Amino acid sequence: MSWLTEFVRPKIRTLLGRREVPENLWVQCPACQQMMFHTELEKALRVCTHCGHHMRVTAQQRLAWTFDGGVFTRIELPKAPADPLRFRDSKRYPDRLREAREKTQLDDAVLVAHGAIGGRRAVVAVMAFEFIGGSMGAAVGEGIVAAARLAVLQDAPLVVFTASGGARMQEGAISLMQMPRTVIASRLVKEAGLPFVTVLTDPTTGGVTASFTMLGDIQIAEPGAEIGFAGARVIEQTVREKLPEGFQRAEYLLAHGILDMVVRRGEMNATLGRLIGLLRVKETEAA
Amino acid sequence: MRHFLDFEKPIAELEGKIEELRRMSEADGINIADEVARLTDKADRQLRATYARLTPWQKAQVARHPDRPKAGDYLRALITEFTPLAGDRAFADDAAVLGGIGRFRGRSVVVLGTEKGSDTDSRVAHNFGMARPEGYRKARRLIELAGRFGLPVLSFVDTSGAFPGIEAEARGQAEAIARSIEACLEAPVPVVATIIGEGGSGGAIALAAGDAVLMLEHAIYSVISPEGCAAILWKDQAQAPAAAEALKLTAEDLKRLRLIDGVIGEPLGGAHRDPAMAMDAVGEAVQTALSPLLGLDGTSLVARRREKFLAMGRDALA
Repeated sequence: MSWLTEFVRPKIRTLLGRREVPENLWVQCPACQQMMFHTELEKALRVCTHCGHHMRVTAQQRLAWTFDGGVFTRIELPKAPADPLRFRDSKRYPDRLREAREKTQLDDAVLVAHGAIGGRRAVVAVMAFEFIGGSMGAAVGEGIVAAARLAVLQDAPLVVFTASGGARMQEGAISLMQMPRTVIASRLVKEAGLPFVTVLTDPTTGGVTASFTMLGDIQIAEPGAEIGFAGARVIEQTVREKLPEGFQRAEYLLAHGILDMVVRRGEMNATLGRLIGLLRVKETEAA
Repeated sequence: MRHFLDFEKPIAELEGKIEELRRMSEADGINIADEVARLTDKADRQLRATYARLTPWQKAQVARHPDRPKAGDYLRALITEFTPLAGDRAFADDAAVLGGIGRFRGRSVVVLGTEKGSDTDSRVAHNFGMARPEGYRKARRLIELAGRFGLPVLSFVDTSGAFPGIEAEARGQAEAIARSIEACLEAPVPVVATIIGEGGSGGAIALAAGDAVLMLEHAIYSVISPEGCAAILWKDQAQAPAAAEALKLTAEDLKRLRLIDGVIGEPLGGAHRDPAMAMDAVGEAVQTALSPLLGLDGTSLVARRREKFLAMGRDALA
């Protein structure tokens, strides 16, 4: 560990004010129930040091771990949607949005940044499951389109990390229209001759899976990630059968030919770097 | 035997009474023409009043009406020389997705439709209009065929959604839908989609990412069923009427939000009361939507279609 990580990182943490949990806190793995030190878990990129279970991570963490040296520049995305449907269930949609923004310090469920991966320029979009379940409404769709345009502009590949419960129901058919909109985004990247890589993380379901996610030139998933179109409960109720072991998990999809590979979090940056290097015959230097 | 929906009960009673009077007059030779006319007029007014202010939940019932004309009916009524084409060339033919070539008003076209079936046997045969991956893969294949031969694509959508099944997931339901949407968007030929009943989420848009998206007056188009939405957001399926209201799934609302391009009026009391008239109206509307697209070359069509979808929801951005 270099002096930089030792000395600079704690300072950044204080600045961001993200450290409410004491450093000595124990965390229990939801998969194997074993205990780990919080700091130990963070150092392991939130992968259980006992069983290898990949825990969910925030979009912000994901960005830092994806780019070389954790260095990246976030771009500002078009402003988050108003409430076009004046949607109200048990809560008003604007209230739900405000609460999510306060809780996550994000504008909506996607972040877009550029930087270098494996020494080559790359644009990365990361979906934030912590923001209303990573649901896709107009803001997320707009974010994916913006990421695609940025990739074309920078002549760089686009990598999208997905994490989503599906559509943003509170935006009704507007959220449905994000399926064709994000498909168009994938076309923009591909037509420019640039790699479009999707990395499916836990969970990736519904309309997000059935649009741009499944159109990757390369499709990667994290181990154990839940991936599917229909929800497991809905399927169980429809077919009245017990679901097979490991159904809708990354390894199941890999076995069924839907993914290229399942890659552990700690190897993601290196894997992406290698893939981009192999696909990009035209050498591009890091920005 | 006509099916009446819950909210049509007063109309059903009136029509029942009229029927009874008619039978009586035939049997006994009593002249009750005046009474019949009076009741018919009353039933008519009642029907008009009811259908003039259907709630979104009531529209959902009409959209799912068992007697409502189905995709196959539209194909039979509007397409001549219809030649069904089968299969996804990989796994199976999916009977939930009808597809083939034929003529629409003399012009050669590729036709697609999600078919729910109209009696128990045909409903089972068509899997209640819920397509599996092979259905979307067949659609994609036929859209690509249309592109190769310069044939417009007409689709008739009526589905509660893609089939939620174990094998459907194992064979890549999500990928099949994504590719079908992509095929619609990339087709170098006009794509005119009509939501004739239920437009259920991803399973519907897979066949409806077109240049012109039309909806019948009492059809619904939504990201999730009112029941599903109620179960998730209200934690109570009985709140489906409230969810239907909140989702803005009616043709009128979607037109106002500029997510669809046109609304096709239905006969009084819904398409099921006069299927021939409804199918005629759809034929006219499809022709009107198709005409201006015929002069455009493939590149312009794709560019316009992209622009249309990219512009959607932008107004919703603050």
